[in-house]
Amino acid sequence: MSLPEPGMTLYAGAIGLIVIGIAGIVISKNLFRILLALVIAEAGANMMLVLAGFRFEAIAPIITGQGMPMVDPVPQAMVLTAIVIGVGIQALALSLIMRVYKAYGTLDMRVLSRRLEQDISNDAGVSPGSSEEEPAGVRPLPSPMGVISKQGADA
Amino acid sequence: MVERRSVRDLAALLFAGGLAFLLLVIGAQFVFGSAPMLIGQEILKAAPTETGAANIVTAVVLGYRGIDTLGEIAILFTAATAAGLVLGKRRENARRDPDGGFILVASADLLFPLLLVVGFYIILHGHVTPGGGFQGGVILAAAFFIPLLARPGTPVNHGGISLLEGLAGAAFIIIGLVSLYQGHEFLRPMLEKGQLGSLISAGTLPLLYLAVGLKVGAELAGLLAHIADVEAEES
Repeated sequence: MSLPEPGMTLYAGAIGLIVIGIAGIVISKNLFRILLALVIAEAGANMMLVLAGFRFEAIAPIITGQGMPMVDPVPQAMVLTAIVIGVGIQALALSLIMRVYKAYGTLDMRVLSRRLEQDISNDAGVSPGSSEEEPAGVRPLPSPMGVISKQGADA
Repeated sequence: MVERRSVRDLAALLFAGGLAFLLLVIGAQFVFGSAPMLIGQEILKAAPTETGAANIVTAVVLGYRGIDTLGEIAILFTAATAAGLVLGKRRENARRDPDGGFILVASADLLFPLLLVVGFYIILHGHVTPGGGFQGGVILAAAFFIPLLARPGTPVNHGGISLLEGLAGAAFIIIGLVSLYQGHEFLRPMLEKGQLGSLISAGTLPLLYLAVGLKVGAELAGLLAHIADVEAEES
């Protein structure tokens, strides 16, 4: 590895946080846990951005008159705002989750998807598992034997 | 059913593992720890003379990417508005949780002025030290939210919060428009640069950060108050 040791650790940590978060989003059944996993993934993404502008020999980009080299300020400025935006998004997601819990009394995705499907089909006036556009009866398709014998007659 | 779920979990784990491998392979190609800094180098050189801010991150957030910051504040505003819309208004006669005990209420009252001072300190020193409007704004929101947690019975003045939020946002845009009126670009830093590193320096950047801080603080406080203000379950 050409990477310096502490850098590799930080880097693996950032990727690890993203992967843990995404695995949590995919595996979790509880809506609130999915939100928490999203928060973890977001932390990993922010860390990755900061690391992208990181330099080992440099100091924080604040002028103190020492003349030392400084790290890249652009990713830091982006992450600074991204963190606050992230909090806003999480609060919005949390308020949506609260509404869902109030309406259905559960946060389990499996139960929720069943109940939601039921409600949607109730509102549409169809039985669950079907849609309004479904044909009313069985379509009178010609039987395969009839088609074959017709072809035979043509030949 | 159990089998199908475990298959799904296994597939999810495989997906996550593959993603980790992909990210690591891409990451191993970067030269880590010595960023190229194509724009960063230029900004580090030009920022002190162009904006007069000792904290270059502040110079980037407000000086070079001012309009992006305006957009980010707008996102926060949208999130706060949407959360208020989703959670709805509280009925007047809805049951409220009782106040916290003496220790909780007293310490919340004690913390309030301290958090307020720290928040404003961080906002006003955003151009010379680490910190600024976003960080200080969050502390301001905490200052207003902690007394609310201790006393859930007190109604929240959402109108006042919205007014403060609107005024702060308007101030940010007006500072940008003044620069436009004077024949510069929108949100270009104005006024005297002052001495690098002193409190009164960097022209309009501290004013912009004050507006950002007040707006972020008011929005987060309003958001948290909305979430805390949801009607308690009828039991």
